[in-house]
Amino acid sequence: MSVVSLANTTPTYNIRVVKQFAIMTIVWGVVGMLVGVILAAEMIWPDLNMGIPWLHFGRLRPLHTNAVIFAFGGCALFSSSYYVVQKTCQARLILPGLAAFTFWGWQLVIVAAVITLPMGLTTTKEYAELEWPIDILITVVWLSYAVVFFGTIAKRQTSHIYVANWFFGAFILSIAMLHVVNSAAIPVSLFKSYSVYAGTIDAMVQWWYGHNAVGFFLTAGFLGMMYYFVPKQAGRPVYSYRLSIVHFWALVAVYVWAGPHHLHYSALPDWAQSLGMVMSLILLAPSWGGMINGIMTLSGAWGKLRTDPTLRFLVVSLSFYGMATFEGPMMAIKTVNALSHNTDWTIGHVHSGALGWVAMISIGSMYHLFPVLFEKPKMYSIKLINTHFWLATMGTVLYIASMWVNGIAQGLMWRAFNTDGTLTYSFAESIEVSMPGYYVRLLGGGMFLLGMVVMAFNVWMTCRGPGITRTDDRQATATV
Amino acid sequence: MSTFWSLWISIITIITTVGVCWVLLSNRKVVVKEKPKDGEAPKTGHVYDGIEEYDNPLPGWWFNMFVGTVVFTIIYLVLYPGMGNFPGVLGWTSDGQWQEQEKKAEVRFEAVYATFDGLSIEELSVNPEAFKIGRRLFGNNCAVCHGSDGRGSYGFPNLTDDDWLYGGTPEAIEASITHGRSGMMPGWAAAIGEEGVNQVTEYLFKLGDSEHDAKLAEGGEKVFASFCVACHGVGGEGNQALGAPNLTDDIWLYGRSPELIKTTIRSGRQGLMPAQSEQLRESKIRLLTAYVYSLAHQ
Repeated sequence: MSVVSLANTTPTYNIRVVKQFAIMTIVWGVVGMLVGVILAAEMIWPDLNMGIPWLHFGRLRPLHTNAVIFAFGGCALFSSSYYVVQKTCQARLILPGLAAFTFWGWQLVIVAAVITLPMGLTTTKEYAELEWPIDILITVVWLSYAVVFFGTIAKRQTSHIYVANWFFGAFILSIAMLHVVNSAAIPVSLFKSYSVYAGTIDAMVQWWYGHNAVGFFLTAGFLGMMYYFVPKQAGRPVYSYRLSIVHFWALVAVYVWAGPHHLHYSALPDWAQSLGMVMSLILLAPSWGGMINGIMTLSGAWGKLRTDPTLRFLVVSLSFYGMATFEGPMMAIKTVNALSHNTDWTIGHVHSGALGWVAMISIGSMYHLFPVLFEKPKMYSIKLINTHFWLATMGTVLYIASMWVNGIAQGLMWRAFNTDGTLTYSFAESIEVSMPGYYVRLLGGGMFLLGMVVMAFNVWMTCRGPGITRTDDRQATATV
Repeated sequence: MSTFWSLWISIITIITTVGVCWVLLSNRKVVVKEKPKDGEAPKTGHVYDGIEEYDNPLPGWWFNMFVGTVVFTIIYLVLYPGMGNFPGVLGWTSDGQWQEQEKKAEVRFEAVYATFDGLSIEELSVNPEAFKIGRRLFGNNCAVCHGSDGRGSYGFPNLTDDDWLYGGTPEAIEASITHGRSGMMPGWAAAIGEEGVNQVTEYLFKLGDSEHDAKLAEGGEKVFASFCVACHGVGGEGNQALGAPNLTDDIWLYGRSPELIKTTIRSGRQGLMPAQSEQLRESKIRLLTAYVYSLAHQ
């Protein structure tokens, strides 16, 4: 166990597990996004699967979502939460053995996903496709994570708990609940199980889970990341403590209600659809609370954006977060949903959150974190961070814009009808119209992946580069 | 929904909404009491790893937006279903909305189809207006299996040639569309064995004047005569009353390769054309019939 003392007065921290998760964040980021780019290409050239079942769109798609959400995003969350909880509580992680288990256990989950999903083993529940033995492993790892995280908070030397840890804590507790309830299933063999819920109830439980995977895994967790790395990188105090109180409690109270908006105009009873819609609208303000608190933290330090591409990653991620959380409540309105549902607009919306917010806040945080973890004066190349920033931003914009155009075109074409009551367009015609958008999406996704490869190179060179002279403590703290 | 669950839903909805409002209002601070001398906002005094926190008030526009969404919610839940069994004062239901739209559409489009009343299928098949509507109906309802050009694909018959499983007369086509068809070829592996399968396959190639193994075909003829003739006829010319395909032409619904034909003989095939009378009115089916009829008579 390598234990690094970062300052004379602070306790020694468990940096090893933070490092491990940080490195795997980069590895799984490249892998997950590569699968995404392959899928984008298969949408244009379906024969790209070469008739091999393991490369079929239907099997690679859950691999992509699991890899980017749980492998890339998950490792980023583990890494940053373990780091932040130690630093802001002034306490070393409790139970180092259990912390190490969460690392190896989580990697085992991911490897199991990489093997079973292309084999076609799936529960068919979106974002919860993994079969029951893997689900049990996830539960064990997650409960261990909760023990390590909350145990460390209990041991803190600060009187209050920092806001980042509220969000990490809410994320850990909620995901435990969501995972266990949604994955409840009756196994019929080692590789096959059936959900304990049936019909509409199954769909509702699935989307209660699915939307809160977005709300707690991809939002609350990454807000925790934001609340540490944005003020740290900007060197400014957090804008408003009371805003963080209001938007935290409102966010965690209201997000769990929003699931039914995935089931508008379905067999779900009208009352549930209505509640899902209005709660999604209320969610707008609490979501924007996080964006405001992050962006306003920069007031007085705007000039840093010119010279610091890492800070730019963090700020642009908040802008995309604000955009996606405005778009979400709008799409939850039934009349808008009637147009957007099942179109590429939804895919675009997800990626403005996933690429623009989740990936970019993680990337920014990792650029901050790597030199600190590996005791280097700074990243190997600031220019390459800048290159990565533009690749990621332009890639995201191309991705989102092409899917907006496609989605609205599809929605309008599907509802257009002739004077005799027949539909004006066949489904295939709407695909034909979508093809240019698919090319642009592939380009955007490819740029984002390329940026990730640039990052991997930069991280590799940073870790190999010369370290900080250990006698100079001022330099060490300067990078923190 | 039982009264308990209705109350449960209403109560937790109210608790959540009121709770959110309480957090919002209790943290509202419009006037900052005393600003430090340098004009900076006051801080909370907490420091975490060097991070401090300002105690800035909630932005006014944000506060108003928050209140606005809550007000919208309250109004919406009075007007529309949401609070358990309370149906909302507008009495709106998604099913009711759908029924209403259906009715409107029926009235609006009935007039279009009424213009074709009294025309025979043959007459309709050469009527350009009927052809246009028929083609659209085909695109909406049939193209997903038979292709937008009607040429079919693997397992789905080509409708543009003159080979008909169930007959190509207007009456037969209309019956196929209205009531659907269910084709059933049983599997013969158990009855004739692998050798029999091979023999019949070669015999089928012989029937179609294709290259074949004469010796196997000779055996196949005997097997065919005992097992296949009942449906496909003595000469393999098929039987439209049963939907048994003609085996003497070069049209193969499930592929013409020896392997695919053997699979067909071994395991059988099941074809299903769903009945359209459930979703299409007679006036539409007649236009579709005329369109399909015209495809083969162009």
